Amino acid sequence: MELILKLREQVIEGEEEQVVELVKEALDRGIDVGTIVQDGLIEAMNIVGPKMASGELFIPEVLRCAEAMKEGLEIVKPMLKAGDVKSKGKVVIGTVKGDLHDIGKNLVAMMLESSGFEVIDLGISQPEENFIRAVEEHNPDIVGVSALLTTTLPAMRDTVKVLKEKGISAKVIVGGAPVDEDFAREIGADGYAFDGAEAVLLAKKLMA
Amino acid sequence: MIIVGEKINTSLKGVSEAIKARDVEFVKGRAIAQAENGANYIDVNCGTLINEEVEALPWLVRTVQEAVDRPCCIDSPNHLALAAALKEHRGKPLINSITAEKERYENILPLVKEYQAGIIALVMDDEHGMPKDAETGITVGIKLIESLLKDGVPLDDIYIDPLIQPVSTSAEMGLVATDTIRGIRKAYPEVHFMCGLSNVSYGLPKRGLLNRTFLIMCMFAGLDGAILDPGNLEMMGAIRAAEVLMNQDQFATNYLDAFRKGLLEF
Repeated sequence: MELILKLREQVIEGEEEQVVELVKEALDRGIDVGTIVQDGLIEAMNIVGPKMASGELFIPEVLRCAEAMKEGLEIVKPMLKAGDVKSKGKVVIGTVKGDLHDIGKNLVAMMLESSGFEVIDLGISQPEENFIRAVEEHNPDIVGVSALLTTTLPAMRDTVKVLKEKGISAKVIVGGAPVDEDFAREIGADGYAFDGAEAVLLAKKLMA
Repeated sequence: MIIVGEKINTSLKGVSEAIKARDVEFVKGRAIAQAENGANYIDVNCGTLINEEVEALPWLVRTVQEAVDRPCCIDSPNHLALAAALKEHRGKPLINSITAEKERYENILPLVKEYQAGIIALVMDDEHGMPKDAETGITVGIKLIESLLKDGVPLDDIYIDPLIQPVSTSAEMGLVATDTIRGIRKAYPEVHFMCGLSNVSYGLPKRGLLNRTFLIMCMFAGLDGAILDPGNLEMMGAIRAAEVLMNQDQFATNYLDAFRKGLLEF
């Protein structure tokens, strides 16, 4: 599949126009939509993620890749049928009550989404009951809880506690500037990720 | 420029351990070094010590002021910790910070008034969160200034923080900040500004280069205060140079003083 490899390469380079051309070419040649998305677009982002984690790529470059991938995805989206692309898992994500910061959370959501996860983003300053309601409504595999402020760490603790007390089957993962591995363990979360790239690796590990 | 020294903060490497151990020499050392390098205020922040902030913050104020004759910038969103620290403070303190979020505003305003403190006001409210564009930042900033004035805080005591956000995740954020400063400055020429700059370079290499280039852009837009490491000679040198170039340093006194002290060699 030389064409798919080329497509993957151009996503990694962040060459939006090339990606669009290659996706069209692949369709013309009758390559199935699932293959284009899975082996071309998503696989490319699965290569980009670790490059960000290792420091080889910087955030703007990753955003450029994601943008290029999205443009490619737009073309095939109308042709996608259920089952063409297997979701890696469903993630509900949000920032805890009292915390209005969303840059980190948005990056994590973007990385998860472009790596093949289905992401439901609740937004900023979400009280515990909104997380609970979203879990009941969407039945996710993973719940991501974010906080940037030291003052909202107690809200993170409470949110994780309430989710765990509900006995939900979803794994609860946490992140944000003041959060670390120790704090995550202390509050009973199932995992901690330092950034978007690590969050993808963690989510995949939890789904395995 | 009003310089707030940022080096006594538990989110920095090694500081958390020193403050937990109540290491007087460590704190005094950092305070003295920052004052010598030109800090007008010494920031004290122990926000990561969630369980003991209320005890540790007043201890920091006391320890810093035993070492240097400088006011503190008392840095916490927690009004109980602020209240305890303000009680220990001598001179006119700067409080970091208030926002237009209803609960935080109501908790912190009485302290500003009681201690006639300077107050850093973040352009953030319940409705908008972190502003995504300059128009929102300006609107929230002006709203904050108006409520503080109405509540009896003098304009000269208000320091607006335009909330610097990374350009790596949203490319327009550098200009959003400078436009916000310019817009608020236009409505209230006498208000002060105060912010940390390093967020702007998050996610990019060679952050120092971005930070000091950005600082100069912000100064040109009207920024008159910054929270930074006064031991960062390149940054301080860039500020001294910009002050001369913007006619804020008569007879280039400070610039030449820095030159003679060797502070412009880096």
